[in-house]
Amino acid sequence: MALFRKTRYSQVGTREIKNVPKNIASKCPECKHVHIEKDLSQKLKVCDRCGHHFSLPAKQRLKQIVDEGTFRETDSGLTSIDPLNFPEYAEKLEQVREKSGLNEAVITGFGKVEGIEVGLGIMAPEFMLGSMGSVVGEKITRIINKAREKKTPLIIFSASGGARMQESIYSLMQMAKTSSALARFSEAGQLYISVLTHPTTGGVTASFAMLGDINIAEPGSLIGFAGPRVIQQTIGQKLPEGFQRAEFLLEHGFIDRIVERKMLKKELALLLKLHEGGEKVG
Amino acid sequence: MASWEKQLAHLEEKIKELEIFAREQNIDLSGEIKALQEKAKKIKGEQDQDIAISPWQRVKLARNMERPTTLDYIGMICEDFVELHGDRLFSDDPAIIAGIARLGEQPVTVIGHQKGRSTKDNIARNFGMPHPEGYRKALRLMEQANKFNRPIITFIDTPGAYPGLGAEERGQGEAIARNLREMSGLKVPIIVTVTGEGGSGGALALAVGDWVGMFENAVYSVISPEGCASILWKDPGKAERAAESLKLTAEDLKKAGVIDAIIEEPEGGCHLDPKEMGKRLGEHLEEIVPYLQKMDPSSLLERRWERIEKIGVWTQETQTQKKVSQ
Ligand SMILES: [Zn+2]
Repeated sequence: MALFRKTRYSQVGTREIKNVPKNIASKCPECKHVHIEKDLSQKLKVCDRCGHHFSLPAKQRLKQIVDEGTFRETDSGLTSIDPLNFPEYAEKLEQVREKSGLNEAVITGFGKVEGIEVGLGIMAPEFMLGSMGSVVGEKITRIINKAREKKTPLIIFSASGGARMQESIYSLMQMAKTSSALARFSEAGQLYISVLTHPTTGGVTASFAMLGDINIAEPGSLIGFAGPRVIQQTIGQKLPEGFQRAEFLLEHGFIDRIVERKMLKKELALLLKLHEGGEKVG
Repeated sequence: MASWEKQLAHLEEKIKELEIFAREQNIDLSGEIKALQEKAKKIKGEQDQDIAISPWQRVKLARNMERPTTLDYIGMICEDFVELHGDRLFSDDPAIIAGIARLGEQPVTVIGHQKGRSTKDNIARNFGMPHPEGYRKALRLMEQANKFNRPIITFIDTPGAYPGLGAEERGQGEAIARNLREMSGLKVPIIVTVTGEGGSGGALALAVGDWVGMFENAVYSVISPEGCASILWKDPGKAERAAESLKLTAEDLKKAGVIDAIIEEPEGGCHLDPKEMGKRLGEHLEEIVPYLQKMDPSSLLERRWERIEKIGVWTQETQTQKKVSQ
């Protein structure tokens, strides 16, 4: 009897829970500590035991970064359809919309960061893994163009599993579209800060996420073009420790800085301030 | 069984009967047999034209090892090709070939994915799957073309970017992204032809341009049918179904507004008559290049941006209306 009770107790105490109930608790993939979801959200979804950064839903990101009451969403009515009549896609969209409470995998708009007006794109990893289809590409393109017209800086928070396969070629072409819009934005002499968060892969990496004047990543984020599983299958060996993590990209020269989530707003504000008042030369 | 199939089966049976009969009886029926064979051939030929080639068959045609490669086309359509190597940063990528040549009288920069023509050659070429240095070499030479006011001609034929350690270490995502951004602003015409496989980002990195032509049996999609099937349906065996769903044929892409022209292939595929294909490609380019070259740079760029920006499908809900855009 005593043994039984001890076992039960120890299962909870040593965090050996196998099936963590979703939406109530989350297990840290690094240190395996089980967090109550509500507490975790209050800590910006960062594990206070080991510093692991859980992926952050778009609305929480918005709340963390943008000054309260200053955000005006743009193009919220832009909605994906199923252009290729792809099996199960329309149903999937319907489900995800309901579950996430979002219309698509990115929220765009204007708001203030410590009083500075910026154009914002915030990807939603909770919406079909933040995959990029026509609507994501179009919304990102529009906010780039609007920020150019309004002469504001631009910050995009990426989080994406890559292409929206169900939109095939349309999905692929969004890479060209967003990158082309950024060419003109850059030409106009305006600041674009790209924040890469866990995970940023595929077509998003190979377009707007890598094109910041300044590329910032959150610690430990998976960032790459090809997915780790595909690479492992191709080369037939285990991937080295830390491969495709933010620290790996910093070491190889593809991002400027790694910034912890709790410092992110301050750092973005500082960078914005350092670019204030500058006019394009020439 | 369709009626033509029944007819054909019947004919073939009859031919067999006659052949056996002739041999057994030792009489000459070759004239009769030949007549029947001609008839069967005619039915088959008619049907071959009628039956549409399936997307999966086109995938296979696009990957056919016998298909001419970029170097073959350059040899057929250009004079004085001078290959140029290296990205000036790390190394040269044999999966992308690039250089200067003459198209008619006009100097051009030519760039394309290069597959091998034998297994050994293919290994050296990494099966036409570029590393970052390939995209960077391409961009270096495109910027050079911009400097010397030469049109850029690219050929697309790759399974995709190479998913390897080195390619990630050296930032293939950044390399592709940079090409997309920079190509959208080059002031010389960029003419793209998808000749075989248009595999995802590895293809697109050479394919942002003013005019995109596509061979009749070429394919172009965001992921391979096998990759799509294994990710979505956990079964690479469903590749044929994925090929249907991905809408990756030239005809599909023309409808989607992604390509401007379909270049017809000789019957059965361009590998059966490379020379004829080279002729058609050459004629196509000699028509398009001067046309784009006549445009002034700012309208050329305006046109390129519009071409890219209009691609996509969505609905836009406002308070009073629901609009479908394409
Ligand atoms: Zn932890």
